[in-house]
Amino acid sequence: MNTKVKIEDLNVYFGQNHAVKEVTLGIPDNTVTAIIGPSGCGKSTVLRSINRMHDLVPAARVTGKILLDGADIYGKNVDPVSIRRKVGMVFQKPNPFPAMSIHDNVIAGYKLNGRVNRAEADEIVESSLKRVALWDEVKDRLKHNAMDLSGGQQQRLCIARTIAVKPEVILMDEPASALDPISTLKIEELIEELKEKYTIIIVTHNMQQAARVSDYTAFFYLGELIECGETKKIFTTPEIKQTEDYITGRFG
Amino acid sequence: MKSLGFRKLKNAGMTLVMVASTVAVLIPLILIFVHIVRMGFSSISLDFFTQIPKPTGETGGGMANGMAGSFILIAMASALGIPIGIFGAIYLAEYGGKRISNVIRFGADVLSGIPSIITGMVAYTLLVVPLKGFSALAGAFALALIMIPIVLRTTEEQLKMVPDSLREASLALGVPLWRTSLKVTLRSAMKGVMTGILLAIARIAGETAPLLFTALGNQFWSRKLNEPIAAMPLQIFSFAISPYEDWHRLAWAGALVLVTLMFGLSLSARYFGRAKKQS
Repeated sequence: MNTKVKIEDLNVYFGQNHAVKEVTLGIPDNTVTAIIGPSGCGKSTVLRSINRMHDLVPAARVTGKILLDGADIYGKNVDPVSIRRKVGMVFQKPNPFPAMSIHDNVIAGYKLNGRVNRAEADEIVESSLKRVALWDEVKDRLKHNAMDLSGGQQQRLCIARTIAVKPEVILMDEPASALDPISTLKIEELIEELKEKYTIIIVTHNMQQAARVSDYTAFFYLGELIECGETKKIFTTPEIKQTEDYITGRFG
Repeated sequence: MKSLGFRKLKNAGMTLVMVASTVAVLIPLILIFVHIVRMGFSSISLDFFTQIPKPTGETGGGMANGMAGSFILIAMASALGIPIGIFGAIYLAEYGGKRISNVIRFGADVLSGIPSIITGMVAYTLLVVPLKGFSALAGAFALALIMIPIVLRTTEEQLKMVPDSLREASLALGVPLWRTSLKVTLRSAMKGVMTGILLAIARIAGETAPLLFTALGNQFWSRKLNEPIAAMPLQIFSFAISPYEDWHRLAWAGALVLVTLMFGLSLSARYFGRAKKQS
């Protein structure tokens, strides 16, 4: 299997705080990789380095390499904007654009970057909403404000918005932690489907979720990668004591 | 029982003091408004809005040129001041490093504290002297200097209130920061920004001092922007200190129109401010 994203010796500092330490991790193509670990262990920080979201935090400093299809995204002449077009992101709290309709939210990645022709836009909106199984729920009210949707629908809308721009990798930062169980289930089913086309990296607090949706799991503790491997193996026969303690709920 | 009665008395006394203070705040406003309406209302006529001042000795005439002049001055000042204020605010809120932002912010606060007569003197030195004449341009420049810090600071505050999650949503879609700032952040803050702009316009609409030796004022229609131009506050000023009864009446009418205009601007600013909270 191809390695889609390869993280090599990644360190992230926020001022004096060394948040992520010497992390090396490979993420295979068309799989779901879960990043688990207690709060403050650097999971989200690792995730956000994969589409260079730290660039906007003046105090943040990143060293090491992250290779996307073999090319370092922190290389000298790499435009972070072009990376973010390939590596999309879904956030913890659903964040649709409040001033836009459902339709415009899905097409926002194109609209904000210039113009799109109408027929093409409609097609992208329909196919994206269908992919996230939201089409039937909203097809009669595409012009309504996106904030009228429920939290779970908003999150699926945000996923539709992300896949509308045709990324290769989707980063998900605890995408279901703000949602009710039924919406969570829908998001998890969606992740399962999306991995046919995309490489997905998901940060989650919820170990059952990691066990349910992911093929590979990486366990982080205090900024270090403790163990990674096939999800089944991590959850049944972890090699390292800390991983076992965390998974069995002895700390965290 | 005695101490309870005393406490109730104290409570009543303090309540009275506070109510009286509140009323005292409103009294000057009411006095000004009532007085201006009483003195000015009778002089308001169609002529007032369509005629220019008559030569001394003749009755009638109006302030049409002053209103047009104020409009032109405000429009030019806005064309200069609003973009600079908004783009500066975007820089401060979205781009700037900590130290340079603090310097700019402090500078803007000092600038908005400078007495407006001094702003007028600066415009005089920078534009009137080199161009060898009083002009609408110099007047608009002075007004823009007053506008910039107001627009800058209110816009910056509004931009800072936009949650980071919206910026991140846009950036994560591969939208560059500058487009994100304009199309997502600024757009989300637009209502609050409009409020700031309206308040800035209300502020400069009544400014007299910075126009005294820049726009200068005149008694007729202005045709060129590099010549003196009339403005409502200037005309009110020169008519009010004139010895003619008729001109005094025009000054009162002008004051009424100006106060009404500013009242309207403040009201619409409040309306925009309130509409924001609902969304």
